[in-house]
Amino acid sequence: MRWLLAALLVGLFVLAWQGVASLESVDDLLVASPVETAEALYDEFGLLWDNALVTLVEVLLGLAVAVPLGVLLAVAMHLVRPLRDAAYPLLVASQAIPIVVLAPIFVLAFDYGIGPKVAIVALICFLPVTVNLLDGLRSVPPELLKLMRSLGASRLRSLRSVELPAALPYLFSGLKIAATVSVIGAVFGEWAGADEGLGRLVLLANNQLETPRVYAGTVLLTLMAVGLFLAVVVAERLVCPWNRKEKLV
Amino acid sequence: MTEPLSLDKVTRRYRRSPSLARGAAEDRDVTALAGVDLALRSGEVLAVVGPSGCGKSTLLELVAGLQEPDEGVVAVLGATGAAERRASCAYMPQRDLLLPWRDALGNAALALECQGVRGAEARRRAAPLFERFGLAEFEHVRPAELSGGMRQRVAFLRTLLPGRPVLLLDEPFGALDSITRAAMQEWLAEALAQEPRTALLVTHDVEEAIFLADRVAVLSPRPGRVVAQLDVDLARPRSTTDPEFVELKRETLEALRR
Repeated sequence: MRWLLAALLVGLFVLAWQGVASLESVDDLLVASPVETAEALYDEFGLLWDNALVTLVEVLLGLAVAVPLGVLLAVAMHLVRPLRDAAYPLLVASQAIPIVVLAPIFVLAFDYGIGPKVAIVALICFLPVTVNLLDGLRSVPPELLKLMRSLGASRLRSLRSVELPAALPYLFSGLKIAATVSVIGAVFGEWAGADEGLGRLVLLANNQLETPRVYAGTVLLTLMAVGLFLAVVVAERLVCPWNRKEKLV
Repeated sequence: MTEPLSLDKVTRRYRRSPSLARGAAEDRDVTALAGVDLALRSGEVLAVVGPSGCGKSTLLELVAGLQEPDEGVVAVLGATGAAERRASCAYMPQRDLLLPWRDALGNAALALECQGVRGAEARRRAAPLFERFGLAEFEHVRPAELSGGMRQRVAFLRTLLPGRPVLLLDEPFGALDSITRAAMQEWLAEALAQEPRTALLVTHDVEEAIFLADRVAVLSPRPGRVVAQLDVDLARPRSTTDPEFVELKRETLEALRR
């Protein structure tokens, strides 16, 4: 039922899109209709796919850097109070810098290749991971930690048996945000300077007024983000099946 | 022989929250317990009753080695260090605090894992107790699917599994409905009769105290001090409607009101 409603809304959206694109007053060069977009997807699939793969690799590498780093940082900040107090402002500041400004600087610093894209994806993805996991680690009720202490548990035992499992649902919330913003990061990275990738293809096609290709590329980028999000949802259900049924006391 | 558990002129103060912490030192601090003296004989069950906020939970945490007194001495089996007290006490908090991601067996086994026993071995050692606790066939059920009484029994099992000599119970049935609570009290009374332990029970339920304990100590409102101690010389199993029981209850309630 939930899926049906969601599909219905997407269908309505596509219909409205088609309606607007078919209006006399709307220039074909400015707005591509769903039909034109589908044609572009079909006719140029090879080109789009090759570039999509490039972007996907950037996104996945960025996440592969951001997630372990974010997890390690959160655990370190959780265990060492002074580190948390010291690092938190810097952590937030790292997100306040607009990526649009940062991307060209990264390209200058790390060269033209895949490096700066991975760095940008990693930079915008690690904060939601760190902040959410840190919240999760701190969500454990103090009585439970007291109980662990009375049972003779070491700090690491409490972390492993109680705090980390309790924080898993929070980590997955962070991963869901990271999954969706990661694609945006890769696109900004490519816009700042790249010779391949879906973001660059969309930018070029925009300049060349190849509007259906812009739309087709955008659809693929959206699907990529949605796909990553769903992968996180599936992983969460596999890893913490208790989460949906009940919370920790 | 040294007493299994003794408190000697124990005082515990808390710092008020910083926003309130202005003025003289005595205004900044809240005294939770003021000069509490208590001693338990081996195998004795002592119930401490008192109004909410009289420092009952503080008292238990002090004995359990989770807090240190500001004045006075807490000794468990003659040892006064917090780590030694922790190692001798089986502490059961108010809520069951079961981990939702572990099944019942895993939750019980946690107590052994905390002492360095490996997971599979801890589960193997916890398993035989499930039958005795009326939990047979519920080993692999997650807490969410257990009733309140069963959750509490799993928590009990976890508390008793390491085999520590002194049992500390902090309103163990406070979160249960009254019918389940009565059943659990009978169950605990039976368990203690079969396997006597030195136990300190903290509760605000006078009936529960008299039903379970050999002696009842009454704490005054904050700052908590012992204002009366009553021996419960009633045969077990006890009945709450027994005239002697009712008389004791009346005496205890009177001591609470003073």
